[in-house]
Amino acid sequence: MNGTLKRIAVACLLMFGLLMANVTYLGAVKAEGLRNDSRNVRAFYARYNVDRGWITADNGKVTLAKTVDTGDSTYRFAREYPEGKPFAHVVGFFAPESSSGMEGAEGRYLDGSHPDMVVRRAVDLISGKPAKGASVDLTLNAEAQKIAYKDLAGTGKRGAVVAMNPKTGAILTMVSVPSYDPNPLALADKAKVNDAYRKLDKDKDKPLLNRAINLTYAPGSTFKVITAAAYLQDDASRNANTVLDAPDSLPLPNTNLSLKNYHGESCGGRATLLEALTISCNTPFAQMGMDLGYDKMKKQAAKFGIGSSLEIPLSVHPSDIGPEEDKAALAMTSIGQRSNQMTPLQMAMVAAGIANRGTVMKPYLVNKIVGPDGSEIDATRPKELDEAVSPEVADELTKMMINVVQRGTGNRAQLPGVTVAGKTGTAETEPGKPSHAWFIAFAPAEDPQVAVAVFIEAGSAGNDATGGVIAAPIAHDVMRAVLGR
Amino acid sequence: MSAAEAMPVPMTAKRRGAQLGMLAFAVLIVMGAYASVGLGINGEIPSGMLTYGLGLGGLMLAAYLVLARFAPWADPLLLPLVTLVNGLGLVMIYRIEQTGQDGANATNQLMWTALGVVMFAATVIVLKDHRILQRFTYTAGFAGLVLLVLPVLPLLGTEINGSRIWIHIGGFSIQPGEFAKLALVIFFAGYLVAKRDVLALAGRRLLFIDLPRARDLGPVLITWGVSIAVLVLEKDLGTSLLLFGAFIAMLYIATQRTSWVLIGILLFVGGAILAGQIFSHVQVRFNGWLNAESNDLYFDGVSYQLMEGLFAIGSGGILGTGLGEGHPRRIPFSFSDFIFSATGEELGLTGLMALLMIYALIVERGLRTALASRDPFSKLLAGGLSFILAWQVFIIVGGVTRLIPLTGLVTPFMSAGGSALLANWMLIALLVRMSDAARRPPPQAIQDEGLTQVMQR
Repeated sequence: MNGTLKRIAVACLLMFGLLMANVTYLGAVKAEGLRNDSRNVRAFYARYNVDRGWITADNGKVTLAKTVDTGDSTYRFAREYPEGKPFAHVVGFFAPESSSGMEGAEGRYLDGSHPDMVVRRAVDLISGKPAKGASVDLTLNAEAQKIAYKDLAGTGKRGAVVAMNPKTGAILTMVSVPSYDPNPLALADKAKVNDAYRKLDKDKDKPLLNRAINLTYAPGSTFKVITAAAYLQDDASRNANTVLDAPDSLPLPNTNLSLKNYHGESCGGRATLLEALTISCNTPFAQMGMDLGYDKMKKQAAKFGIGSSLEIPLSVHPSDIGPEEDKAALAMTSIGQRSNQMTPLQMAMVAAGIANRGTVMKPYLVNKIVGPDGSEIDATRPKELDEAVSPEVADELTKMMINVVQRGTGNRAQLPGVTVAGKTGTAETEPGKPSHAWFIAFAPAEDPQVAVAVFIEAGSAGNDATGGVIAAPIAHDVMRAVLGR
Repeated sequence: MSAAEAMPVPMTAKRRGAQLGMLAFAVLIVMGAYASVGLGINGEIPSGMLTYGLGLGGLMLAAYLVLARFAPWADPLLLPLVTLVNGLGLVMIYRIEQTGQDGANATNQLMWTALGVVMFAATVIVLKDHRILQRFTYTAGFAGLVLLVLPVLPLLGTEINGSRIWIHIGGFSIQPGEFAKLALVIFFAGYLVAKRDVLALAGRRLLFIDLPRARDLGPVLITWGVSIAVLVLEKDLGTSLLLFGAFIAMLYIATQRTSWVLIGILLFVGGAILAGQIFSHVQVRFNGWLNAESNDLYFDGVSYQLMEGLFAIGSGGILGTGLGEGHPRRIPFSFSDFIFSATGEELGLTGLMALLMIYALIVERGLRTALASRDPFSKLLAGGLSFILAWQVFIIVGGVTRLIPLTGLVTPFMSAGGSALLANWMLIALLVRMSDAARRPPPQAIQDEGLTQVMQR
C-alpha cells in the first residue's frame, strides 16, 4: 500500500502546489488589476484615509477647505468648505469618485502623493501614521472675493468677476454666479453626492460651470482696447489724439448692411481716438480693424494671450477672435462681436497687460504649497507671458481708459482719490435680445495694484443693462476692497 | 506493502521537548497577532490579549500533557501546527468581529476551540487502540449515512444560505455532515481493507486499464449515489465533492487500481453535469465561477462574494495591509467560507503561503503516519484522513481563489463553526493516536531471550 500512499502524497503536493501558484498569481500578478477594479471600494475608502492638506487664502489666514478627523474607521477624514459658495468654483470639491477645481488640480500635493513629498510619505508609512498632505495657499484676496460674489449675486444675474495683480499675474478674485455649496458634494456617500450633483448638473443656470474660465462670450466694446492697441502699435506716429473718421453709419463691404453706433448715437463724423474710445464709437474701430487686416488683429490679440490655453492650474478655455472671413466680418470682430469670444479671465489679462505697461503676466492661483510640517515646498514665481504692446502704447491706452472712467461710459467705477482706468462693453448676442455687459478696469493708473474684468451674461433676468451701468459698480467695489479703501 | 513493511522500523525519538517549544512558539505567534489587530485598529493592545493568549496557551498545555501521558510517541509536529492554524483563525474572527460583521463571534469560537481540545483529549484517552474502530466498520457506515441524512428530515433540518446542512437541537445548530465525514472515512477504511483483494484483482483488461467486474462496482455506485443525493437534497456541492473524492482516493490506495480513479472521475463529472442540467443552483455556481468578473453576475450577487474575496486578496498584495487595517467586512461571510480571502488582505501573499504551508505540513505528517503504520487498516485510515484534510483545503481555498468553482466548505480549523472544529480536532486525535502506534518502537529484548521474544500486539 505504500506505493499508492506515496502517489496520493504526490497528488496532495500537487494540490497544494496548484493552490500556491494560484494565490501567487492573484497576490502578485493580478493584484494590480484587482486593486484598481472600479468595483473594489478600497480605493474609495483610501481617499478618506488621507489627512488631506488644507486650502487657504491670504497667506493661510482664511481657510477655504479643511480636513476634519471624524474618528470613523472607514471614512476617517471628512472634507469641509467653511466659506462655501463664493469660493466654490476655484476651490472645487472632493467628491467620492472625482475632484474638481483646486482640489483636483493640486490633488497630488493635497493628498501627499506628489513626488516632492515622497520621503515624508515613506516615513509616515513606516511609522503607521495616516498620510498627511500639503496645504495649498491661494492668491485670492478673500475680502474682495466675498464682495465680488455678494455684488454679482445681488444683481440676480449670471456672470463672473476676475481680478488680478497686473504686476505679478496673481489672481485676486475669481467669482462665478450662480454658485453652489460644495459641502454636499464632498460627503463620503456616493449616492447622496450623485444626487446632489445631478441636481446641480440639470439646473438650467449651470451653476457648476466656472464662467470666469470655462465659457467664452462676445466681449463687445471692451475689445476696442485691443483694436486700439493694434492701431497704435502699427504706426508709432499715432497717439490718443489721432483724428479718425467717425461716421454715423459705416457701410460694410460686399453687403447691403451698414454698421451703426450703439442705439444709433452720433459721434460727430470726426473724432480723436481718445474721444472715440471714451464714448465707445463703433464705426471708427470697425474701420480700424478693416484697415489693419485680420492678420494684424489676430497677432495683437495673441500677444494678450488670446488663442492659447492656460493652466492656472485650472485649465482655461482658450479665447478666440474667430476665423478669418470677409471685411464685413472683420469689422464686427473689431468691435467685439460676431465669433469673437473671450473668457472673463482673458479680458482681465488685457486690462492687466495695459496696466503693467504692456507686459502681460501669466495668471496664477497658487501662492505657495506648505508641507505638513509648515515648511514651504513650492511657491509660484511670477512669469511674463508676452509683451502685448510697447510701454508708450500702453501709456496712450491708459490715458484713454482713464478718460473713459472720468468722462465717459465708465464713470460709475470712479474711486475717490484714485485714478481708475477702464472700458465698458455691451455685446449684442442676437438683435433684439438682451446684451452681455462688460467692464474692464485697473487702478491706481499710476501704479496699478489691481486689474479687474466684470462680466454679466445676457438673458439672465432683466435686460438692456449696459456695462457702464451694471458692471462698473461691481468693479468699483472689488478694486476698493483690494486697495483697502 | 510487503517490502516496506518488512523493513525494520528505525528507532524514533519522542521529541517531547521540541513539541513543547513549538507549541509555545505557536501560542506566541497567535498572541502577537492579537496585539497586532489591536494596534492596527486603534493603536492599542487589546485588553483581551492576555486572556485569549493564556486561554489558548492553557488549553494547549493541557493537550500536551494528555499527549505526553497517553500517546508519548505521537508525532510532535501535529499539535503545534494545528494550534497555529486554529489560533490564527481565532485572531481573524476576532478581527472581523471588530468590524461589526454579523455572525463573527470570537468568544464563541474560543469556546468551541476549548471543546475541540477536550474532544481531542477525550479521543486520545478513550481510544487506546484505534484498530478497535475496524470492528465498527458497518456501524460507522450506518452512522455516517444517518448523519448525512439528518438535515434533510423535516422539523430537524433547516436551510441556511441556500444549503440544507444544519440541524437544530436545543439551542444549538449542528452541521452533522462534519461528523459524517469522519464516520464515513472510518467505514471506507474498514470496508476496503476487507474487500480490497477482490476489488483489486478481479476484472478484465481493456486496452491499457484493468476494468473491475460489474458487480464490484456496487459500493462505488452507492457512494456515488449518496454524494449526488447530498448534492441534490442538501444543495451542498462541497460535501458531495469532498466525500466522493475521499472515497475514490482511498479506493485507489487500497487497490492500487488507476481504473477506479478514472471511473470515479467520470461518474462524478457525469453526475455533476446531469445535476447542472436539472438543478439551477449548480449551473448558477458554475457560471458564477466561469464569468465571475462580469458586471452583471457581480451586481446580481452571483459572483459578488467571490469577486469581493479576490479584491481583498489583490488589495493585500505581497505583504498585506497588516492585521486590523483591511476591509474584511466587504466580503459576505468573511469569517466562515471566505476567511482565507480576509486573511489574504491583511497578511498578504506571504501570510497565505505560510498558511498553505502549515496545512501542507499537517497533511504531510498524516501521510507519514500512514506510511509508517504497520497494518493495512491504519494505513488506509491515516491516508484517508490526511487526504480528506488536503482535499477539503483544496476545494475551499481553490474555490475562494477561483481555481475551481466555488462550493461551500469550511476552511479547516480557521472558519467559524463549532461542528467543524470538533470534527477536525477529532480527526487530528485519530492521526495522533495512529502516529503514536506507528512510531512506538517495538519492545526491545531485556536480555538475550534467544528465539522466544516478547511481541507487543
